[in-house]
Amino acid sequence: MKQFLIFVKKEWLHIWRDRRTLFILIWMPIVQIILYGFALTNEVKNSNIAIFDQSQDLASTTISKEIAASRYFNLVKNVHSIKDIGATFRQGKIRMAIVFPVNFQYDLLHSNRAQIQLIADASDPNTANTLTNYAGAIINDYQQSLNQHEQLPYTIKTQVRMLYNPELKGAYSFVPGVMALVLMLVCTMMTSIAIVKEKEMGTMEVILVSPLKPFRIIIAKAVPYLFVSLLNIASILLLSVYVLDVPIVGSLWLLMSESTLFTITSLSLGILISNSAKTQQTAMFISMMSLFLPTLLFSGFLFPIENMPLPLQIISNVVPSKWFYIIVKDVMIKGLGFTSIWKETLILVGMTMTLLGVSIYNFKIRLA
Amino acid sequence: MEKVITAKDLTKKFGDFTAVDRINFDVQKGEIFGFLGANGAGKTTAMRMLCGLLLPTSGQATVAGFDVYKQNEQIKQNIGYMSQKFSLYEDLTITENIRFYGGIYGLSNDRIKEKTAQLIKQLHLEGQEKTLVKALPLGWKQKLAFSIAIVHEPAIVFLDEPTGGVDPITRREFWGLIYEASARGITIFVTTHYMDEAEYCNRVSIMVDGRIDALDTPANLKKDYSADSMDEVFLHLARKAVRTGD
Repeated sequence: MKQFLIFVKKEWLHIWRDRRTLFILIWMPIVQIILYGFALTNEVKNSNIAIFDQSQDLASTTISKEIAASRYFNLVKNVHSIKDIGATFRQGKIRMAIVFPVNFQYDLLHSNRAQIQLIADASDPNTANTLTNYAGAIINDYQQSLNQHEQLPYTIKTQVRMLYNPELKGAYSFVPGVMALVLMLVCTMMTSIAIVKEKEMGTMEVILVSPLKPFRIIIAKAVPYLFVSLLNIASILLLSVYVLDVPIVGSLWLLMSESTLFTITSLSLGILISNSAKTQQTAMFISMMSLFLPTLLFSGFLFPIENMPLPLQIISNVVPSKWFYIIVKDVMIKGLGFTSIWKETLILVGMTMTLLGVSIYNFKIRLA
Repeated sequence: MEKVITAKDLTKKFGDFTAVDRINFDVQKGEIFGFLGANGAGKTTAMRMLCGLLLPTSGQATVAGFDVYKQNEQIKQNIGYMSQKFSLYEDLTITENIRFYGGIYGLSNDRIKEKTAQLIKQLHLEGQEKTLVKALPLGWKQKLAFSIAIVHEPAIVFLDEPTGGVDPITRREFWGLIYEASARGITIFVTTHYMDEAEYCNRVSIMVDGRIDALDTPANLKKDYSADSMDEVFLHLARKAVRTGD
């Protein structure tokens, strides 16, 4: 244990002495949080929705059919109570729910005024906005088709409710995204570089000749970066709460534990990369190509995954950041508890165990 | 005399290439054993097999009485190693390097402090304890690297071309350190291609194309090859080499 601590201390000194890198590591998340703050527009196709039709009359079923037939929406469930809507949202099955009140057609034809409620999952504000606009347009079409032969216009009022993020703040979706990105970068790239650096410098040879166990060498190299990452998580969360006004709705403790888990996943990836890379440049290149870009593309943070062709959607499943992004969004913004994210957590745990196992197994005790 | 290293038909192949070809030798306790050869002759490969960095293809070897195939962990406890590449951390200070290497060999804090003070004094580095290693001249770095390689008082220390690129005066000082360690009972296994250094060794082996072509004291070798210096002995043997440098 003492040998292990001495190794950790030495790693820390490496980081500490390289002030320029340390500076970048600490400021990068802050700069990114601010950079990605600009809105990212995205078109949405085939979004899952649920319909709660309390009146079941000609008008409501016609509108339902129109919406279900459009390419933007995919009706997955007819729900039968308001409570059911909440539950379906929490399961993450739908992005929007449409509620027809009782006597919808009666109100429309007799008082010329009827209401429809659209409830959207606004933890991804751009998507929510787009979805309600599309639905509003379809309802509007129907309204106009009715009004062609009438003198007194029928009006359907759509009432929009944005779940989780009533003010549609863009920050709500990029805070979790930046967290995934920064952790991936710090942990994966920095650990792989740190290990490969020892190979390049020749110090790895001397360490391998020493009685230190390879397992300890690997863990000792990763530990300091775990701390830097926790610092980054803290700075991102502080910025989002106090500067961007994005509150942490769920449990802070849960959020931190999940982030630690993801950090360990990224560290394992870094170790795995360092096993195959011979130079620091290679390590950096592999990290960039195999992790940084997929995180940007496949975590769902910049581009909605449901819009991608099926093969890409399948690929996105092996990107750890995708699962972390879902977890952070659910915990931080939707305020959901562990019962809602246990599946994603389990996937991350599984990925971590596999990666760590493979990288320790592959760690070369000998030179050739 | 007690044998601390034995090699019997030790061989290492990389694919079709036989880097080390059935070498046989013993090293006695407390001896300074010179392992000579041209670049690419297989010196480093042979040394790496003894240190546990490479697994032999065939043959037997023991280091400090332990088998290189099965008792790697015990061997590691008993040896020190200085690689061909500079093996200290340039971004750490002198004392931090000593503390790190002492620490991974399990020395107590008191022992590390004691050793640090002793090394600083021995190497005349007083007042430079907090200097980063990268700021030191190469000669000092090498002397420090050697002192750190034996900071845990191993039974054997392996030195892979420890004086490469160092000026003659510093080389002489470096050998002073080697003699001191040898006097304390540490066995020295050193590779070099400086023939003047070969004269400092108790016994030398000369490797040519992966084989050991000669093994004796420098005096006997000179007699056998009726040469005036080790340089001549070496040239005589190395001329037969087919391989060129690495």
